Amino acid sequence: MRQFIQGIAENNHYQATRLLQMLRQIQSRYHYIPEAAIEQLAGLLNIPRTQIISVVEFYSFFHLSPRGQYELLISDSITDHMLGKKNLLGYLADKLAVAVGQVREDGVVSLDNTSCTGMCDQGPAGLVNGYALTRLDRSKIDKIAELINQQKPLEEWPSELFQVDDNILKSGLLLDQQFEQGAALKSALKRGVKETLAEIDKSGLRGRGGAGFKTAMKWQFCSEEQQTERYVVCNADEGEPGTFKDRVLLNSYADQVFEGMTVCAAIIGAKQGFLYLRGEYLHLYDKLQDILEQRRRNGVLGNNIQDAGVDFDIEICLGAGAYICGEESALIESLEGKAGIPRNRPPYPVTQGYLGKPTVVNNVETFLAAAGIAVNGGDWFANIGTEKSKGTKILSISGDCTRPGIYEYPFGVTVQTILNDCGADDVLGVQIGGPSGTFISNQEFDRKLAFEDLATGGSFIIFNASRNILDMVHNFTHFFAHESCGFCTPCRVGTSLLQKQVDKIVEGHGSAGDVVALEELCQLVKNYSHCGLGQTAANPILTTLQRYPDLYQSRLKEISYEPGFDLDGALETARRMANRDDAGAHLAQTQMESEHE
Amino acid sequence: MANKIRVATTSLAGCFGCHMSFLDIDERMLQLAEVVEFDRSPITDIEHCTNCDIGLIEGGVCNSENVHVLREFRNNCKILVAVGACAINGGLPAMRNHIPLEECLNEAYLDGIGVENPKIPSDIELPLLLNQVHPIHEIVKIDYYLPGCPPSADVFWKFLTDLIEGREPSLPYELVHYD
Repeated sequence: MRQFIQGIAENNHYQATRLLQMLRQIQSRYHYIPEAAIEQLAGLLNIPRTQIISVVEFYSFFHLSPRGQYELLISDSITDHMLGKKNLLGYLADKLAVAVGQVREDGVVSLDNTSCTGMCDQGPAGLVNGYALTRLDRSKIDKIAELINQQKPLEEWPSELFQVDDNILKSGLLLDQQFEQGAALKSALKRGVKETLAEIDKSGLRGRGGAGFKTAMKWQFCSEEQQTERYVVCNADEGEPGTFKDRVLLNSYADQVFEGMTVCAAIIGAKQGFLYLRGEYLHLYDKLQDILEQRRRNGVLGNNIQDAGVDFDIEICLGAGAYICGEESALIESLEGKAGIPRNRPPYPVTQGYLGKPTVVNNVETFLAAAGIAVNGGDWFANIGTEKSKGTKILSISGDCTRPGIYEYPFGVTVQTILNDCGADDVLGVQIGGPSGTFISNQEFDRKLAFEDLATGGSFIIFNASRNILDMVHNFTHFFAHESCGFCTPCRVGTSLLQKQVDKIVEGHGSAGDVVALEELCQLVKNYSHCGLGQTAANPILTTLQRYPDLYQSRLKEISYEPGFDLDGALETARRMANRDDAGAHLAQTQMESEHE
Repeated sequence: MANKIRVATTSLAGCFGCHMSFLDIDERMLQLAEVVEFDRSPITDIEHCTNCDIGLIEGGVCNSENVHVLREFRNNCKILVAVGACAINGGLPAMRNHIPLEECLNEAYLDGIGVENPKIPSDIELPLLLNQVHPIHEIVKIDYYLPGCPPSADVFWKFLTDLIEGREPSLPYELVHYD
């Protein structure tokens, strides 16, 4: 092992900023991060061992104790649940004789849940040693269990298990483009970088991650900074449950995305770029590396690009299972090899980003659009969409519809139009923008997707009348409690309290004051949290409480108050150990019951 | 005076530190006694409370007796108040929540160093321990919370005088910041 760790450190030039990538290799080799590896790495990188441990503990894909040689993770997104995930997980656990959350005694396999893996249109999905599994069903699970029990290496597994489809079902301005490698750069350099920035400004392009900051303004600010060492970062940490468009864009439009980054670099004067790819998309890594290599060979990446004196290269950094790293400052922390804890803003990344230098962070789709605008000019984009939302939006559509997949629409499209196109009937409501977004009911389908009305990063999950909204709220609330980074108390404690209170109501232990208490708690978490995660974690509850107050009330019991746990059950251990079963050794669940005794 | 405000107090899984802090209102106790009458409380030795206006609960819920006492207070007090860190969060006693109860009992009564005549106590007079220590609001509805470990005498004074004088109790920042 000493040699292996030494080799990893050497290959990464002993740079602590590359800690995440090194830990990924160690985890992949040993199926955990051994104490000895931490000690050795701390010495080699000259950082405290506690710093490494904090990083290991922060990311879901790193472990301090051994996982199985086959580490199976099943996606826990609401869309996977709608496709029967729970039953399948039980079946899988039985087949493999391993409990969820455990490692089998022989150490061969471990099984657990993981947050949405971005395969919502082809779930139930999972990961085996980081590689995506799709469309799981009983026969595939039989196959997987057999392969694992035979200890077949992953390379020998049938490729249909790993089949990931694009499912592009409606293309528009961006997805229809015939893109020629180098075209955007050529146009941009010919036009001049200032003029190209002006075109992007004219296009009205706003950030596609959901927040919608004007792209040209962000690039302009960055280029005006005093410091000349600048960076371009592409945020491909697509973690919002129900979103998977970036996976498709990187699978089929990566060249154009990289070119968008390169145009940005030429405009702001950056020499280094990063693609921060979520760990769940490991299956794209080699392919993307090949494209980068090809771009270098073709003179559109690397030194002296297109003989115009532009030097720029792109490095791919893989995440390790942390939703919060989609927040740009947390992403930068993660790029620096640290736990992904959001920074205080301001200063914003455009002034102090990666290593404290001016940095542009944009979504995959933003760079894709920017490359198109560089070729076709600002009007090409601005002629489409609404007044404040120019161009098109690429949507990830999943849930109850006959044709889930990728759809591109001009901004301003109504929800109803989308529902008609994807074959959704008897719809109860739609979760727009993922758990952190908004739930809209079937009374609001004339609303429009646009920054003026429903802003979205692209997640569009459809629920039909057979679904229980509280199941969704329950799933989303647990998601946020799991993904809270733990930095600030309102979010760390608040999301756990929200989870507890929702559980209490959903499980039928709620009473009159409990919904009011839940709502107060929501406001507290929303208003006092440090970053967007906490500020939006209560949205699933708030947006559904507003629309379906009766649904929550109907779960409440009429008694005055009831504990959220089984009170008598909590005495079981003591009863057994004291060998008692008299009346005094039991407790009634509610006060009313106890009064009747 | 016939219509005094009736106050009951108790300590569940607590250390009586909150009660001691309450007593630190010192001579103001006399002022309080003019308008307040104590019902069940360590101060009076009354065993059960009846028809009270305010109940002050110190400590969390660690055993079955705590549940019964807490319910008696809830049934008999118009306003029930969680007093101090243990009542609000479980506090120090809740540190055992990370250890399975079985291990705690084994250590205390069977395997621990210096244990003589090892045996788990099983007298029916003894309350059984719950698996975990709970804050009191997880068992009954609580109306107000007085933070602190313990809440200072001034917190008690401000809270009670607000209530007695018919105001919505509010604690100024100086009374609830601790560094």
